Amino acid sequence: MDAKLASGGISSLENDGRATWARVEYPKIDFEDLHYYAAPKNTEGPKSLDEVDPELLETYKKLGIPLSEQEILAGVAPENRVAVDAVFDSVSVATTFKEELAKAGVIFCPISEAVREHPELVQKYLGSVVPVSDNFYATLNSAVFSDGSFVYVPPGVRCPMELSTYFRINEKNTGQFERTLIIADKGSYVSYLEGCTAPQRDENQLHAAVVELVALEDAEIKYSTVQNWYPGDSEGKGGIYNFVTKRGDCREKNSKISWTQVETGSAITWKYPSCILRGDNSQGEFYSIAISNGHQQIDSGTKMIHLGKNTASRIISKGISAGVSQNTYRGQVSAHRKASNARNFTQCDSLLIGDKCGAHTVPYIESKNSSAVFEHEATTSKISDDQMFYCQARGLDEEEAVALIVNGFVRDVIQQLPMEFAVEAQKLISISLEGSVG
Amino acid sequence: MLEIKNLHAEVDGNKILRGIDLTVRPGEVHAIMGPNGSGKSTLSYVLAGKEDYEITEGSISYNGVDWSELGADERAAAGMFLAFQYPIEIPGVATMTFLKTALNAQRKARGEDEISTPDFMKLVREKSKELKVTPDMLKRPLNVGFSGGEKKRAEILQMSLLEPTLCVLDETDSGLDIDALRIVSEGVNQLRSPERSMIVITHYQRLLDHIVPDVVHVLSKGKIVKTGGKELALELEKNGYADYVDEEAA
Ligand SMILES: Nc1ncnc2c1ncn2[C@@H]1O[C@H](COP(=O)(O)OP(=O)(O)OP(=O)(O)O)[C@@H](O)[C@H]1O
Ligand SMILES: [Mg+2]
Repeated sequence: MDAKLASGGISSLENDGRATWARVEYPKIDFEDLHYYAAPKNTEGPKSLDEVDPELLETYKKLGIPLSEQEILAGVAPENRVAVDAVFDSVSVATTFKEELAKAGVIFCPISEAVREHPELVQKYLGSVVPVSDNFYATLNSAVFSDGSFVYVPPGVRCPMELSTYFRINEKNTGQFERTLIIADKGSYVSYLEGCTAPQRDENQLHAAVVELVALEDAEIKYSTVQNWYPGDSEGKGGIYNFVTKRGDCREKNSKISWTQVETGSAITWKYPSCILRGDNSQGEFYSIAISNGHQQIDSGTKMIHLGKNTASRIISKGISAGVSQNTYRGQVSAHRKASNARNFTQCDSLLIGDKCGAHTVPYIESKNSSAVFEHEATTSKISDDQMFYCQARGLDEEEAVALIVNGFVRDVIQQLPMEFAVEAQKLISISLEGSVG
Repeated sequence: MLEIKNLHAEVDGNKILRGIDLTVRPGEVHAIMGPNGSGKSTLSYVLAGKEDYEITEGSISYNGVDWSELGADERAAAGMFLAFQYPIEIPGVATMTFLKTALNAQRKARGEDEISTPDFMKLVREKSKELKVTPDMLKRPLNVGFSGGEKKRAEILQMSLLEPTLCVLDETDSGLDIDALRIVSEGVNQLRSPERSMIVITHYQRLLDHIVPDVVHVLSKGKIVKTGGKELALELEKNGYADYVDEEAA
């Protein structure tokens, strides 16, 4: 299976189809210069936090991540209350809580293991949502994908815990090509958390992961991401390129997929978690917070593709731009000929901090069925001097005031995140806006 | 002690305050009255440290510290509180969250520990009960969709939680119904203490029936044109500002 996908990938690679519709600018990536696959030098991981990159620890500290959790994130300790399948520099080095999950019948393992242990599932679903030739970066991923996570939730099972994978790019010049596949069988539910932090780097690093979700009848998948990769230095040099393909397939009736993302890092982000609403009465949701500061460029949004009858989608996007960054929401909502009574609600709010940054909203709406109702609301605002003064008159300093106002602005999305992520995300928002005022 | 000396201030090049002298000692309550547009709110902003309000002459000092170099947040940490004439909406930030953030920001600035969540909850419950601020209001985003009177009560709730030593109340009575006026005034009176100075800006005697001032000033065209005892307010209620404003013009 691996091999089939990989060979298809390589041949499609010959047409260089770089991101053309997104509003991002970047130097041509020299793929010869990136190592497609970098295994950690020390597969055992550090023995204690003393051996871990101090810069990474500093980030953890600012985020208020407890020591025990820091150890897991850095690959030290073998267990935690959330099940962590830590993708530590491309190879999964720790898989925990497997037994409890196994008891519920949930399969949560590195995809390389799934290929060996559950070939029938992998065969059936891998590449069924994001085909090899989908886009240049998906193709690249298919050709060289290193590892990733695999989740299967059997019929009628509510996954007993939040599943979490922490990615971290560790090797110099590492291109990350994770492949994640999550299948929620009939009537099941799973919530998956993906979080990323990365230490400082000098050269641009490419991340071109592919995430595929499949929800069968009455099943629900909730996929949450907090992304905090290195955005580059004050001149915009050295950050991570994040070109991820994420797509969910509400394959059968009454299924539901929701994407929630908090994007604060990366030099360039180019991602559109999407839902294909194939099953009748299926629902897709996209909740997004995208923060750009410094020289960051974010072009993100979603695609809601209504194919089935009575399908509904909801998009809440909150973009915050500071510094000299550019932040674009790009979203597509389409209804197929047969998608009678398709419904979409889109709310797209942009907040500008300072006057050198940009916010852009680009909605594409396409309806081939006259009964479809698509609503789109968009606002652009600035943090007002009056709000700043009011907060400061109550004792908040400038940065605290901005953080509070921004956290208020994104509240509707934060509320969609699981508790432990919500707290972390709020802190992350404050950190990522440091130095954006004054 | 607050000492304002020959204060001149302008906004966007418009001269608004034209030489104010005012001293408020600890324990004193001063009322400032005056016609619309005379500069009352401007004075309150200049005291609180709003940017764009430029002091062109004169000085403000509090407890012997020159305030010209201090930002609004530093003044708040030093004890300043302004109850706004028009409180600002902060969408998405629950009133409760705002209160806690403000309290902890001030504590941090003063080098104190953050208040624990249980202690904070207890404190808020107690104070909000006194001011008849409902738990529902505490959950709602600060000032968003609050009625005029609710906004004013929320201001006084903030004041009683933050326990400032220099309180400036800008038309806190406007928008309050009769019962709310009494409740809010009681809240303010509870904060009266020998250490605390207050400046109460109002148009109406009825507030001063509840919060009885030690001194009453009349502000006109950016200057204090008359200072008297509490009976001055009664006289103004009867005769209006004509006497003082004309005197100034003449
Ligand atoms: N940004 C500004 N630019 C120009 N003029 C201003 C500005 N802000 C205030 N003013 C003017 O300064 C004067 C004083 O305003 P201020 O709000 O201090 O009055 P006030 O005494 O509080 O009035 P009221 O009783 O109506 O609340 C007014 O004439 C007002 O129009
Ligand atoms: Mg006023």
